[in-house]
Amino acid sequence: METYYHPKDLPKFAEISEGAPELAHKFFDYYTAVFAEGELTQREKSLIALAVAHAIQCPYCIDAYTQDCLEKGSNINEMTESIHVATAIRGGASLVHGVQMRNIAGKISL
Amino acid sequence: MTNLQAAENLNSNLFQISALETFRRNLENNGLDLTRANCTTLQINVGLLCNQSCKHCHLDAGPSKKEIMSEKTVDDVLDLAGRFTFETIDITGGAPEMNPHIQTLISKLAPLTKTLILRSNLTAIAEREQVLLLQLLAAKKVTIVASLPSLNETQSESQRGKNSFATSIMTLKKLNSLGYGLPDTGLELNLVSNPTGAFLPSSQEQTEKRFRKMLAQKWRLFFNNLYTFANVPLGRFLTWLENTGNLESYILKLAANFNSCTLDGLMCRSLISVSWDGYLFDCDFNQAINLYMDGKKKHISDLKSLPGPHDSIAVAEHCYTCTAGSGFT
Repeated sequence: METYYHPKDLPKFAEISEGAPELAHKFFDYYTAVFAEGELTQREKSLIALAVAHAIQCPYCIDAYTQDCLEKGSNINEMTESIHVATAIRGGASLVHGVQMRNIAGKISL
Repeated sequence: MTNLQAAENLNSNLFQISALETFRRNLENNGLDLTRANCTTLQINVGLLCNQSCKHCHLDAGPSKKEIMSEKTVDDVLDLAGRFTFETIDITGGAPEMNPHIQTLISKLAPLTKTLILRSNLTAIAEREQVLLLQLLAAKKVTIVASLPSLNETQSESQRGKNSFATSIMTLKKLNSLGYGLPDTGLELNLVSNPTGAFLPSSQEQTEKRFRKMLAQKWRLFFNNLYTFANVPLGRFLTWLENTGNLESYILKLAANFNSCTLDGLMCRSLISVSWDGYLFDCDFNQAINLYMDGKKKHISDLKSLPGPHDSIAVAEHCYTCTAGSGFT
């Protein structure tokens, strides 16, 4: 195996149901329902998915949701902004833990 | 792959991609039949001359093209439109506005059909000398079908060329001022949004909703309907797909999204398409590969009767474009 990730593996995702079909069925039904048009449009949901894909750094999801965002009518500026949202939250999540650091340091320091 | 020819052999596909089933065999495998219904539409390609060189153009139209419908062929087209009854007549190009006989064609075709359509790129018609044409279109209540791929300038111009976006917005404003796209004027303005790359189009309903909202909010622009179409892998778009290594994945994506429900509504079932030099095709895309109607090169002046129910339709692998997802009607 040259690499753990291969683009041709992405279409094999559905094969995961061969292991635990009932659970996979529930998951894929849920997944489909989540991405259906609701209070949020499918385009907005796809942009959120793209941002999350970057936050969790999933190459499959980045590939799939880059294409999906374009197919839903988003443009590169919107997609880039969505990634900045993920980045801000990820960075912010680290930084906000500085409060804990400050609490602890404050408690034990003179 | 500059000289694509549709193959008769069921196993040999237009793009020579081994993983691709031929379109005809795919129909057979699915027990499907694609034949004609009643012919209700005449589509006329008045030439490949265009002021733009859009990257997705299936006909490779552009400013240097010499293929323009002559006055003689225009007369033959008018004769054809008079001999038969067409509910819709659809004028396309190139940029139809650049054909010197366009005003004659529009004036004489308008009384012969319920719906006369002019396909516009929104920039050729912006030229100063086109003021009379605009007035004629409005007077004859010609439906305008206009290209606007994206609401984003960069994305739109990546397909249609520099400065095309601002001009398109300006033309849409002008069309609205003439009454196009407004309620109760009888002047229909429809938009077409093609994807700006090797991916499928967005949902027509959702895109129309977003365009309606954004065009009104940002520019106070109005239109009637919006259509989303996939790009056809022929002409300049095919060259781009090949040069960027996107051809195989794009064609396979189209084929993987084959939707048999699209077959009934396919435009090739109900129209005849006339090339700039007066020859007959089942659709404008087939013109790009000389895939003639009924497999024979036939001039409109020799057409004795319109094709009808159960007559054959010439197909090749580019037809996967019109059957992908929600389809292309």
